[in-house]
Amino acid sequence: MGGKQDQTANGSSKSESMGAKKASPDLLNSSFSFKSLKLKTKQQELLLRVSILGLVYVLAFIARLFSVLRYESMIHEFDPYFNYRTTLFLTEKGFYEFWNWFDSESWYPLGRIIGGTLYPGLMVTAALIYWTLRFLRFFVHIREVCVLTAPFFASNTTIVAYFFGKEIWDTGAGLVAAALIAICPGYISRSVAGSYDNEAVAIFALLLTFYLFVKAVKTGSLSWALGSAFGYFYMVSAWGGYVFIINLVPLYVLVLLITGRYSMRLYVAYNCMYILGMLLAMQIRFVGFQHVQSGEHMGAMGVFLLMQVFYFLDWVKYQLNDTKLFQTFLRITVTSAILVGGIALGVGTASGYISPWTGRFYSLLDPTYAKDHIPIIASVSEHQPTAWSSFMFDYHILLFLFPAGLYFCFKRLSDATIFIVMYGLTSLYFAGVMVRLILVATPAVCLISAIAVSATVKNLTSLLRTKQKVPQTGSTKGVGSSKSSSKVTLDQSQPFQKNGAIALLVGVFYLLSRYAIHCTWVTSEAYSSPSIVLAARGAHGNRIIFDDYREAYYWLRQNTPTDAKVMSWWDYGYQITAMGNRTVIVDNNTWNNTHIATVGRAMSSYEDEAYDIMRSLDVNYVLVVFGGVTGYSSDDINKFLWMVRIGGGVYPVIKEPDYLVNGEFRVDKGASPKMLNCLMYKLCYYRFGELVTEYGKPTGYDRARGVEIGNKDIKLEHLEEAYTTSNWIVRIYRVKPPTNRL
Amino acid sequence: MVKSTSKDAQDLFRSLHSAYSATPTNLKIIDMYVVFAVFTALIQVAYMALVGSFPFNSFLSGVLSCVGTAVLAVCLRIQVNKENKEFKDLAPELAFADFVLCNLVLHLVIINFLG
Repeated sequence: MGGKQDQTANGSSKSESMGAKKASPDLLNSSFSFKSLKLKTKQQELLLRVSILGLVYVLAFIARLFSVLRYESMIHEFDPYFNYRTTLFLTEKGFYEFWNWFDSESWYPLGRIIGGTLYPGLMVTAALIYWTLRFLRFFVHIREVCVLTAPFFASNTTIVAYFFGKEIWDTGAGLVAAALIAICPGYISRSVAGSYDNEAVAIFALLLTFYLFVKAVKTGSLSWALGSAFGYFYMVSAWGGYVFIINLVPLYVLVLLITGRYSMRLYVAYNCMYILGMLLAMQIRFVGFQHVQSGEHMGAMGVFLLMQVFYFLDWVKYQLNDTKLFQTFLRITVTSAILVGGIALGVGTASGYISPWTGRFYSLLDPTYAKDHIPIIASVSEHQPTAWSSFMFDYHILLFLFPAGLYFCFKRLSDATIFIVMYGLTSLYFAGVMVRLILVATPAVCLISAIAVSATVKNLTSLLRTKQKVPQTGSTKGVGSSKSSSKVTLDQSQPFQKNGAIALLVGVFYLLSRYAIHCTWVTSEAYSSPSIVLAARGAHGNRIIFDDYREAYYWLRQNTPTDAKVMSWWDYGYQITAMGNRTVIVDNNTWNNTHIATVGRAMSSYEDEAYDIMRSLDVNYVLVVFGGVTGYSSDDINKFLWMVRIGGGVYPVIKEPDYLVNGEFRVDKGASPKMLNCLMYKLCYYRFGELVTEYGKPTGYDRARGVEIGNKDIKLEHLEEAYTTSNWIVRIYRVKPPTNRL
Repeated sequence: MVKSTSKDAQDLFRSLHSAYSATPTNLKIIDMYVVFAVFTALIQVAYMALVGSFPFNSFLSGVLSCVGTAVLAVCLRIQVNKENKEFKDLAPELAFADFVLCNLVLHLVIINFLG
């Protein structure tokens, strides 16, 4: 290579210059360069790669720290509070207590078997990090570890993405993939500092499992397959979305079998991963026996059995060396296998032994299912179908780089590229069905786009570099006239090609820089709010912080008896148990629909009926969230129709049309009488009719709905107001004991 | 029709038998181990059909240990077989070491799962 010769030539001349340099030490610092380190090209490349990966690692971590810098180091949203509470329990009481924990502080009076109904991966990971740090004598609080777990694992994901990209294409694609995934908003949305949720470690586990599996298929080694089984075990322990892996991998195997790209390595990889992965996964109590009993996992078992039959037939064909005999054997075996398999599947499904696809995953295949049958799933905003704007917001330029990457993948089809294409296409389909699943598609989109970017940049730069070689070969080699004439034609088109290549490279650089700017802007504006602390701009542009939620929870913690039971809508359950430390009736786990429907019925009934329900549940305090004073739009009045629907789904006495006027939901004078007198309305608007919220508007003007409320004179008979936070966002009421009968 | 199928079956068996007897002894030992493991699994399934599957985790761990070790033995056979071009760079000692490691993990998990 020309480069190497340059180096050695420089080396010999350098020894003279070094001697000269010793005489003038002030020149030494100014002439530092790569060449003075006497590195070979390979070492230069290694240094570049390591430094790029190091920078990407740090970038992925610090890009997620916006909310820690703006507010404070706290846990965001709702679900992370449950994870934080369980992690706290784990570090205080130990693993055995944690694994067998029965919690009587939630879902009163039913309780919840927490040890058997959670995915322990996240909590165990955070606890291990915490114990490691304590062992090294860094005595941090567990909350800091929890807050920073997600950015730490996001950094690790970039490293895995680099290795994965290297497997699929080459090191350049790996580096670009690591850089893209470090700041991609689709991933940042669920892994900012403070978002202590399962997805924080699950995406790392997902990518790790896929990488190890592709490596196992490529090398055919049992150890890599064992590694991918362990990766799968980590994924199963971390997130319910592991069902994606256990369906994608068999689908990939099936595609390879059908297209004839199968090999012995595939057999070794899939079988080892399936058996060991299935066994390891069944150790998690929450998953239990689903791998052999649930319809969602039957695909994997079906492909496993198909593989045995397929490879056995292959082996027999190889042994026989005679097509006629083999045909008979084939016929017998295939018909018997299909018969047995079909009968087993039919009997299993019909008898109910193999359970059908659960609602959560069935609604992915049939998106209209949840709306009609399971209102709780339909009511979660993350489960709505994705709009194009969300795709653009979360992916930016990756949206059009993805098809370009697909083109490159199809040009160079191998086991690894087939896998990434399938991962990309299936995950994008699911991302289109449910907003939350954009997260699962992000690694695939980043990897495939990285292939496009890397291949394009490589082609363009090689176009630029050919120009230097041409005069060398023209001068040193005495080639024939035909070759020299072709070189001449190359020379003539050279300027256009070179200018075009430079222009395109500048364009690529511009696109990537816009991507980085967009990602940073999106992270800063949209995905860094803690949801539990709200911020707004005051009249003079100063920042106003609404810390009402924590104010209310701490009031509960300090001013109510320790055995008090709090009734609220299920959104706030986790936060009340974690911060208020009181027993709740329903919480975000939503495992018991009837219990939630009872609470919904209580909220939407008249005060007397609601009082009976509350007495039957031993409720002492009721908590509602009200946004009328601040204009906060995620309050309980806006969620009220969902309470009605869920309550009405179990208790037919609650009918949704009773609360609507001409199909419209209103809270002003024209609202239906049932709406104006139900418990939720009374609790939210109690004493609100006397308040002036906005200059120039009448009293009782609801800023979130933009109307003046209809019933201003509210009297409560069985409840009394216990606490209202400073901005009226959270309101707590005490349930009065029944009056003495005289 | 029946006669031709029975004649076909006989031809099939004979050619399979002659082809199989040409395989080297170490592969035949692995094949016997696989047959033994699958046979044990079938016995367990028959027993479960007889007495019911109450400690289901025990039943699953028993059957899956047999199936798992059979599958791992087949993987070992594939990697050790000299006729497989894809694995000609793999030393048989390394293949066996992988096999032992995977079996170790398999049986540790089985013991935990037996309950």
